[in-house]
This record gives sequence, C-alpha cells and structure tokens, in this order.
Amino acid sequence: MAVMNNVEAVRATLYDALKNDDRTLILGEDVGARGNVFLITKDFVNEFGPERVIDTPIAEASIVGIAVGMAMEGLRPIAEIQFADFIYPAFNQIVGEAAKTRYRSNGEYTCPLVIRTPYGGGVRGALSHSVSIEALFYHVPGLKIVAPAFPADVKGLLNASIDDPDPVLFLEHKKTYRLIKGEVPDGHYTIPLGKANVLKEGSALTVVSYGLYVHWALEAAQKLQEEGLSVEVIDLRSIRPMDKATILESVRKTRKLLIVHEDNKFGGIGAEISAMVAEEALFDLDAPIRRLCAPDVPAMGYALPLEEEYMSSPAEMADAMREMVRF
Amino acid sequence: MAKTDTTVKTLARYGLTDEQLREMFRNMLMQRQLDNRGFQLNRQGKVPFALGSEGHEALQAGAAMAFTRGKDILAPYYRDLGLALGIGLTPFEIMLSIFARAQDHNGGRQFPNHYSSKKAGLMSFSSILAAHIPHAVGAAYALKLRRQADRAVLVTCGDGTTSEGEWHEAMNFAAIHGLPLVMLVENNEWAISTPLDKQMGQPEIWKRAEGYGMPGKRFNGFDPIETYGVVKEAMDRARGGGGPSIIEGMCYRFLAHSTDDNDMTYRTKDEVVEHRKHDPVPRFEALLLEQGVLTASAVDAMKKDVLRETNEATDQAEALPYPQASDLYTNLFEGAWQPWQ
Repeated sequence: MAVMNNVEAVRATLYDALKNDDRTLILGEDVGARGNVFLITKDFVNEFGPERVIDTPIAEASIVGIAVGMAMEGLRPIAEIQFADFIYPAFNQIVGEAAKTRYRSNGEYTCPLVIRTPYGGGVRGALSHSVSIEALFYHVPGLKIVAPAFPADVKGLLNASIDDPDPVLFLEHKKTYRLIKGEVPDGHYTIPLGKANVLKEGSALTVVSYGLYVHWALEAAQKLQEEGLSVEVIDLRSIRPMDKATILESVRKTRKLLIVHEDNKFGGIGAEISAMVAEEALFDLDAPIRRLCAPDVPAMGYALPLEEEYMSSPAEMADAMREMVRF
Repeated sequence: MAKTDTTVKTLARYGLTDEQLREMFRNMLMQRQLDNRGFQLNRQGKVPFALGSEGHEALQAGAAMAFTRGKDILAPYYRDLGLALGIGLTPFEIMLSIFARAQDHNGGRQFPNHYSSKKAGLMSFSSILAAHIPHAVGAAYALKLRRQADRAVLVTCGDGTTSEGEWHEAMNFAAIHGLPLVMLVENNEWAISTPLDKQMGQPEIWKRAEGYGMPGKRFNGFDPIETYGVVKEAMDRARGGGGPSIIEGMCYRFLAHSTDDNDMTYRTKDEVVEHRKHDPVPRFEALLLEQGVLTASAVDAMKKDVLRETNEATDQAEALPYPQASDLYTNLFEGAWQPWQ
C-alpha cells in the first residue's frame, strides 16, 4: 500500500500496463519526451521506446482514429487527448466509429480502446482548458465512461478500462490530480465498471456526484454531520454504465435526492439520474429531486469571479443539503 | 479536367499469367452483373437501396490482384465491390449484404456494400467518409510494430474523401512513421454531385504525396493491367519497409451515386455517354480476345457462368431470413448490456 495522488495513480497504472502487456501502447500529444503536460508519462519513452509511447501530431481526430485501427488489429491502445476541451475534433471517431465498431460488424471486429483525458475546472483553465465533456458522450450507446475521484479508484478503474474489450472514455479531473492523495493497494487489481461507492452513509438525504465534486460533497456532508444532519454520499465512479441499484437503494432509504455535478445542468448526467429515480422511485420520495450543477453558459471564464460563479463550492453544497434535509 | 489516357496498354503484363488475366476479367464481369442485380432488385421493390461501382471494375480487379490473401489488410469504402470480390468475398456474401440477411457479416445492420470480413482481412467501415483512413493507418502501425514485414494495408477512397481532414491527418501520420500502407484513390470525378474543380484547387491528388514526403503516382484506372502494375509496385514497397504511397487511379462513375440519386440533375447525358465509350469491361474483353487469352466462346461461357452464379446467389440469399427483432440488442458490448446496472 502506497500513498499516491491521482497523477501518480494514473502513471503507475499506465506503467504497469506497458510493462505487462506488449500489445499496449500510448499515443497522444507530448506524451513522449515531454512526458505528458502533467508529467504522467514522464520517462516512459526512455523505457518503452518511441514505438509504444507515440508523440503524435496535433490532430485529435486521427489520434483516436488511428487508435481505433490499432484496436481493430489486435493492439490495446491507450489514446490521450491532452485536454478534454480538445476532444471535439475526435467526436466522430469516438461516437461514429469506436462506439459502433463491434455493433456494426455484428461482433466480427472489436475496439478495445481507452481514451484518457483530463477534464474539469477550478484551475483557472478558462473556456478551453476546463470543460466537462461527459454529457456529450453520455448519450452514446457503445461507450463506457469512467470518472474516478480517488487514487485507489483511479488505479482499479483504469486497469478495468484497459482490460475491457470495448471502448472506454476515462475522465481524469485535473484539479484532483495533485490535490487528492490516498492509499493505493499494491499489485494488479480492478474495480468493475458500473459500480458506485457509498462513501458516507446517512439517513436524511442522498447526494450523488462524481469527480472533484465528490470531495466537496463529502466535505459538506461532514460539516452537516457536525450539525446533526445525516447525509449519504455516493461516488458514481462510472457514469456509463451507471449503478442504478446503489442509487435506488439509497434513495429509498433517505427519501431525498440531490445530484451535484460540475457539468452543465441542462441535459447533464443529473437529468438522467433524476428521470431514472422519478420513473423507479417517485413515490418513495419526500421532496422534489434537486440538481446543483453548472449554469447554462458554455464554460467558466478565466477571471476568478467567472470561474467561481460557474463552479459550486462545499459551502453552496452544504446549503443545498440543509435545505433538502429540512424540506 | 485533365483527360485520361484510357488506351489499354498491351506490352507490359507485370508478370500476370493468362489465368490471372482471366480471373481479373471474370471479376469485372461479376461486378457488373452484381451491380446490375442490386439495381434490378431495387426497382422490383425487393431492396430499399443499391449502390453501384460501374466504371471502377478494371481498377478494382487490377488492384485486388496485388493483394495477398491471408496476409494483407483491405480498408475499403462503399464503392469497392470488385475489391471485396477480388480478395475472396463470394457473390453469395454480396447478396446477403444487399438483402440485409441475418447471415450477412454485419447481421443486416449496415447498408449494402459496407462489407466486413475478419477472415478475408477486410476491415469494418461506416459510411462516414475518411473515418476509415486513420483506421487503416492504425492497422499498418500494428503490422510495423509487430515486425510483420510481409504484410501491408491497402486503403481506398474516392476523390471526394480526399477533402476530409482525417484523410490528411492519416496520410501525415503514415508518412511520419513510414508505415506499410498504400492509399489508393479511385478518382471517378464526382463526389455525388460535386465535380473535381469544386472539390480541390489542384485536381491531381497523387501530387499531394510529395507534400507528405512519400511517392505518388497517377494511372489509368480503366486499364486493369496498368492498375495491377502500379498497385503491386506500391504494395511491394510498403511490404519491404519502403513506406506508404498515394496512388490515384482515374476512372469514372457511370451510374448515379446510388438508387436515391438522379445524376441528370448535375451532369449531362452526353458526358456519361462520352465516358461510356471507354468502358473498361468491353475494352478488356477485346484485349483478351486479341491477345488470345480468351476465345469468343470462352467469353460467352464466362458471361453465362457469371449470370448463373449471380442468379444462384440472389435466390439463396433472398430465401434466407432477416435478422430477428431481438438481434437489435446484441453485440453492442461483449456480454449482456444495460446502461443501468
């Protein structure tokens, strides 16, 4: 058991993957000599060589497209999009190709591909280095989407994603990269995709989140605990598939649901969770479902007040939790 | 628009045997017969859609002859019937695709002409133009990484696809890594209704190769023998570690884009008639007769045999069932799948 931050957990997992399976390779912008802009793949090129740690041209559509072809031909590519904001040129390759390869060939061809990308704000990333992209891909059958918050989950879920026989979009919240530290078990282990984690048990309200906001929701819930208010916090970890059973079990117990996420509210992950709970457990609820999410603007601005206004905070989450518990 | 020399060269045979020449010709006849059958079935109301590659027969029959079965990989597009046949797909498999039968490689999910066959080395592709070019590059990268120096990837597209950004990105990456890949452009002068002069400022696609730092060549795609020579040279270079190349075969799309298109809204009948004078199928037939590779009676027998095989394939495929409604839900992921767990 070692203590790592999220960068170190990604790095250690990728290192083991390259070490243990010569079908794996990494391709992306500045992953070689530079070792990735967050130094995740630092020195990898020296150990594994430029054929397996590929510095690509600045061309996201073909980073993913070439990885799809590699995967169809039996390799296990791990493609990196330097920032999630840069993934748009690759949209067709992800949605139109990777997600449909197995389906359109009726299983003759498969696409065991991991696309890793740092996303999220709170780092003064402005309009093009801070976005959340999960809702854009959430709609797409054929993709799995993972967004872990803790180093141990990063390792277990990244291992599961690399082992997975189908394409996985692996989202790494960049503010958590060095902020969040935790114990990480030694050796190879996986955490199944689609299993949420109940981080804190409670009785008066269920809070569902993922990514950075999991940490803030936990902080807020602990504050409420000190006030005598008992809040349950669920870390989704996987967005697609989603752990319906864990959400419903919790909601049926607490009878109230708050969803917090950094992505925009309109058409976001919270909308799907709300709809699912309304369909399955409406009469178990004692309060309207509430979503605390980003406003309907494209992204957070560079100036600090614009970033702060866009993002939530532990204090804001605590206020929303109090209101719901007291409803 | 530069005029293409469509004279069939009789001197160079690039080592092709009489048997191979006959096989190429039979492939061309089969292409035309199957194309014709698809359109007939559409007019009969038996299939909702058909797409033909008339005008591409010689190019595809010649190119397929340079493909090594069991070794090479083909990443085609949707106007590559002759390449599919030439690397080993059967008329029956083509008819399964046209009829969207359950037994089709794609289980009746894809449009006709969107073949895939892992066994034949034919990579699955969608209708999104140029999306498959990076896939071909990725496959070529895998061959190089695994040091499989006796294998190469043949990737094809029409002239229209070369305007896509992914086409450029893929060529650039292939050049950087010296990948075993041949980019075969089947230039039929039309991107549905858009002529070459509205697609590109400089209409000789092969010349772009120099910009990427790889060899390029243009050839007469109405001549299957010349096509074979050029594709063989490029595939041999790719297999031998000589890297990728862009080769451009000049042909013409005799038919409308598909059964849902009316080409008389954007080109004249005279233009089509003019190109039909150079139709590669009767010209190659004349050449083979002249060279004594085939006799008139052998040609007659071959045409009858192609029609017989097409009829049998049609009847066999038509008699088979569609996929079942429940097949909609299979093969999205490995194993059973629900978005909610």
